[in-house]
Amino acid sequence: MTQTFDILVIGAGPAGVAAALAAATSGLRVGVVDDNPSPGGQIWRGGAPLPAATRRWMERFQSASITRLMGWQVIDCLRLGPDGGVLRAECNTPGAEAADLHFRHLILATGARERFLPFPGWTLPNVMGAGGLDAMVRGGLPIQAKRVVIAGTGPLLLAVAAHLTSRGAQVIAICEQASLAQIAPLGFALLRQPSKLRQGIGYRWTTRKTTYLTRCWPLAALAESSADESDGQNSQSRLRAVRLQREGRQWTVDCDYLACGFHLIPNTELAALLGCQMQNGFVVTDQQMQTATPGVWCAGEPTGIGGVESSLLEGQIAGLSAAGKTEAALALSKRRAGMQVFAQALERACRLDPRLRNLASAQTIVCRCEDVRMAALRRRSDGRDAKLHTRCGMGPCQGRICGGATEFLFGWRAGLVRPPLYPALVSSLMEEQAIAPSSADTEHPFPNL
Amino acid sequence: MTERTNNTPLINPIVLTVNGVTVQVPPGATVATAVYMAGAHTRLSVSGEPRAPLCGMGICLECRVSINGVPYQKSCQTLCTPGMQIITCGEPSLP
Repeated sequence: MTQTFDILVIGAGPAGVAAALAAATSGLRVGVVDDNPSPGGQIWRGGAPLPAATRRWMERFQSASITRLMGWQVIDCLRLGPDGGVLRAECNTPGAEAADLHFRHLILATGARERFLPFPGWTLPNVMGAGGLDAMVRGGLPIQAKRVVIAGTGPLLLAVAAHLTSRGAQVIAICEQASLAQIAPLGFALLRQPSKLRQGIGYRWTTRKTTYLTRCWPLAALAESSADESDGQNSQSRLRAVRLQREGRQWTVDCDYLACGFHLIPNTELAALLGCQMQNGFVVTDQQMQTATPGVWCAGEPTGIGGVESSLLEGQIAGLSAAGKTEAALALSKRRAGMQVFAQALERACRLDPRLRNLASAQTIVCRCEDVRMAALRRRSDGRDAKLHTRCGMGPCQGRICGGATEFLFGWRAGLVRPPLYPALVSSLMEEQAIAPSSADTEHPFPNL
Repeated sequence: MTERTNNTPLINPIVLTVNGVTVQVPPGATVATAVYMAGAHTRLSVSGEPRAPLCGMGICLECRVSINGVPYQKSCQTLCTPGMQIITCGEPSLP
């Protein structure tokens, strides 16, 4: 299958939705690709009542003249030149074919994922991300009366705690690794954004029965062994309790779920594949959200973790700019300065305590795909060395999970990104390009190789 | 075959099987939820540990299961449909 767009947006979260809506004017053909079954990204995920402002965005997105490719994920870039390019995407639905998506302009709005840190027991079933558990609950997981401990860092912990509490969960504790002194400046930054401040106060009111502990983190997730009733299989382990630490004190809390998220890391694999310039792990853009790679824009969390308002603004700027409305884009971009104050305060508030590097024991698995343990990694000099000797980061997630951990633990930066970006069917990789190569094909598509 | 249902009856439930066990899930539920409701794990790790979803958003691939005979499907990004047959912890081994 081949589809052709004037503007192709990758990601249907707030940044992608705003970019597509801003671009979908003057009869331009706009397409949006997202690997989830429905649009909204993580923050606007359905399965729970959404605020009125969010609903309005989603209604506009659903009714606009935009091609929405939901359940598709980009696996490769076949061509990229000054006149546009071609991405190959694969459908999540079994049996569906691959598609070549031709575009003149490309907007990357690929969002962020949670950072996970390894500690003994973190691979047990029922230990999951904070956003991960939230997403599972929105996907129908029963949470009523379940005992939940939420740990990690960042405002997401409180947002998740509030949502789970409103769904009847018993959130026992929110364990924030940062100190009160470290997160206090974020509160002051919030004074400039009253809507965010009101939201934060609302979350804390909803979770007022839950203990909020700073400088607190999980030492270990403890397993129980239970016979699987359904088929009489041998015992399999699940989470039973979590051992927590706060300064000198350690204690154990029984729980059904442990939700852990140590702030967010941007999804920049596609940007890296396209050769976009990066700095400190984020995509570099100009005022109009244009990357250093001609014809490619980037908006939202991949340019800096700034939250939903910042993503909406950057998406609009990118959409207008890609559609040739430079003046409108530049006018909007003046509002970015205020957002960046919050983003910087957020980054400082979520800085990880160096003591978290000691959570993993020698036997703790760091790379979950290949079951590579801490002891094997301590002897390696860098990420590539670890890859070659231990297979760390070589499994199906391609280092997206362990990469966030090894960056913090050892200072290793993600290496070269190669296609396919996600595990793909061989048939999707083999399918020939439907349209004859253009003259731009003489240009090497990956300047960083 | 045993039937597992929630304490509260579901409205218009979707009925499917996980490892041959009949499960009822609410409309809009993901396959990952169905696996949880069946009390199953999604996969066994390369050293044989049971695993279940971690990220909930299609990144970690811990949630991969076999759906209607097709292996390696991301259960957290797949919605349940009536009659779906889900097999967990049964990845064909790679050479």
